Amino acid sequence: MTAAAEVGVEPLPDVPQQRARSSRRSTGLWFLVRKLFGAATSLLFMLVVNFFLFRVIPSDPVRTLARGRATTPKQVAALTKTLGLDQPLPVQFLTYLKNTATGQFGVSFQYRQSVGSLLIDRLWPTLALVGTSTILSILIGLWMGTLAAWYRGQMFDTISTTGTIVLYSMPEWWLGLILFFLFAVGFGPIPGVFPIGGLIDPGVNGSSVHGVLNMAWHLTLPVVTLTIAYLAEYALIMRSALLDEMGEDYLVTARAKGLRDVLVRRRHATRNALLPVVTLVALNLGFIVSGAITIETVFSIPGLGLLTTDALKIPDYPVLQGAFLVFSASVIVANLIAQLLYGWLDPRVRL
Amino acid sequence: MTEPLLDIRDLHVTYRTLGGSVPAVRGVSLSIQPGESVGVAGESGCGKSTVASTILRLQPRTAKVEGEVHVLGKDVVRMRWGRLRVLRWAEASMIFQGALHSLNPVQRIGDQIAEPMRLHDATVGKVAAARRVGELLEQVGLSAARARSYPHQLSGGQKQRVMIAMALACNPSLVVADEPTTALDVMVQAQVLDVMTGLVRELGIGLLLISHDLSVLSSTCDRVAVMYAGRVVESANAGRIFDDPQHPYSAALAAAFPRVGDPKSRYSPAGLAGDPPDPQRLPTGCTFHPRCHWAIEDCSRIDPRLEPAGTDRTDRMVACIRAGETVGEAT
Ligand SMILES: Nc1ncnc2c1ncn2[C@@H]1O[C@H](COP(=O)(O)OP(=O)(O)O)[C@@H](O)[C@H]1O
Ligand SMILES: [Mg+2]
Repeated sequence: MTAAAEVGVEPLPDVPQQRARSSRRSTGLWFLVRKLFGAATSLLFMLVVNFFLFRVIPSDPVRTLARGRATTPKQVAALTKTLGLDQPLPVQFLTYLKNTATGQFGVSFQYRQSVGSLLIDRLWPTLALVGTSTILSILIGLWMGTLAAWYRGQMFDTISTTGTIVLYSMPEWWLGLILFFLFAVGFGPIPGVFPIGGLIDPGVNGSSVHGVLNMAWHLTLPVVTLTIAYLAEYALIMRSALLDEMGEDYLVTARAKGLRDVLVRRRHATRNALLPVVTLVALNLGFIVSGAITIETVFSIPGLGLLTTDALKIPDYPVLQGAFLVFSASVIVANLIAQLLYGWLDPRVRL
Repeated sequence: MTEPLLDIRDLHVTYRTLGGSVPAVRGVSLSIQPGESVGVAGESGCGKSTVASTILRLQPRTAKVEGEVHVLGKDVVRMRWGRLRVLRWAEASMIFQGALHSLNPVQRIGDQIAEPMRLHDATVGKVAAARRVGELLEQVGLSAARARSYPHQLSGGQKQRVMIAMALACNPSLVVADEPTTALDVMVQAQVLDVMTGLVRELGIGLLLISHDLSVLSSTCDRVAVMYAGRVVESANAGRIFDDPQHPYSAALAAAFPRVGDPKSRYSPAGLAGDPPDPQRLPTGCTFHPRCHWAIEDCSRIDPRLEPAGTDRTDRMVACIRAGETVGEAT
């Protein structure tokens, strides 16, 4: 607000901004379009990077795949041809684009199976693991951070903040291993309670109720690991965001209106504190992918993470490209959701 | 006499800080009759906001409050939380000093105005509340369509009009306005002040108006109390205190703001040397004596009490040992 605008006599009676009123809906729409466009551009960019990224890894998939077998130069040449690696890079790129467009991503060097179907098979254990722990860690973390800030310096705050700082400084694979040895392998006289790995016991039908429960049982420790690993950060972020908000004047107004403490917090303080948190949480979602890779390895969950680790050993370009694309797409989508959420929470950014 | 809207009796407020305790208010008594407008003047730091904060018991936890603050006959200092929440906004509402930040940035202003209505009266439905919000906005000179705006879409003056509308939402008997226009530009100040005092008078609401500008108070209030270092040093009829101040500090304040609405006067030198004292290191005797042109030796020893003085003794209280002499003319 400029001094010039204020010094002049204010319009009296107030002229409602007719234009602003009629364009409010389209402002929201324009915001949505812009954000969607931004996400699509990022995705296209990733598509290109994705292809070249794995080509620069200095290794030879043909040799790795042929290892341990008697291979003549002729066989190597044939394998190279089958994998399409004899083609010049631009042609490989075009093939890659075509394969991506059809959703097939080509054929895995290693599994000799369409990468598309491979990814779908491996996608949902990861989705169950990452999705559940993301939601749980956000809910629990934000709740803990809110209470810690609101009751700053009291017992809950002391315990929760000390605990979260300890957890925050712990890498997820380390936490995973501790939980793995304590609760899956067993510790001293205490027998292991949880399965030591895998997604389901052999011979159990995954689509039966028993099978679903069995999988949930297998996923419990990994989900707990990831949840704990991430909630710490969310709790700390939320605590500091809310503490920043607590000195604000509009909270005094809310209190003066006669709102009870809980409502002052829920209706006024929390929503404002969420603004910086949404951005930070969205940035963080990029790292949960790497967390998934580690945790799937520790607990042998046959998801995208484990698939990627295995594919890296070859390197199995089509699989890596496919998995990488899924990972980056999910980060882009998560970011898009965060931006839309931010726009919904804060009217000031919907410009 | 009818029961006063506000009756503050011997109020003491002390802030506990790491650097020791800060006696911000040291024995203030003040009352407002129904429909009356009372002004509180004084330099920044003299304890005006602290007094205001005790009326709805909004002072920070670090503040220790002694004395009595009766709102419509009920002492808020000793009130249970449940009763206090019922009283807040419904019987007395506030317009805050931090004008531009007192609205929630992410809520539509209509919702913010409607919030206390629906909170204090469960029978008010959404539609009825929205209609009343429209009326209130028009009363303060805004369009009813403004209800859908967010605070960032309004100018400073408009935001403060929204605060006024909000303060009137529950038909309170008393409105406390703590420097409602300080954060605004000079031209807008007068407009917003007019809107507020006009409505308060029209609706018969009692007003406690806090300002550092004695000229504004003298032209808008019925009575004015001048505060210095946590105490009332003079209280009198609003016009008289400006034209014929009896306390040397009131006289200095009156001289600092010679004419209402004259923008230049705001920045003219106050004619008063030095700064107000640090509450933790108050001078002995009369706390004003180090800055007083009229101080005599006794002033550094005797702490003057607030007593009737001047020609209008029934209406005027002054805390100055030289109050009988004609101080006002000299400054
Ligand atoms: N929360 C607080 N903690 C400690 N000291 C405070 C606090 N609020 C105000 N004070 C002190 O109390 C005195 C009176 O402040 P205040 O009531 O805000 O004065 P005014 O509104 O007249 O400017 C000042 O010296 C100020 O520094
Ligand atoms: Mg103040």
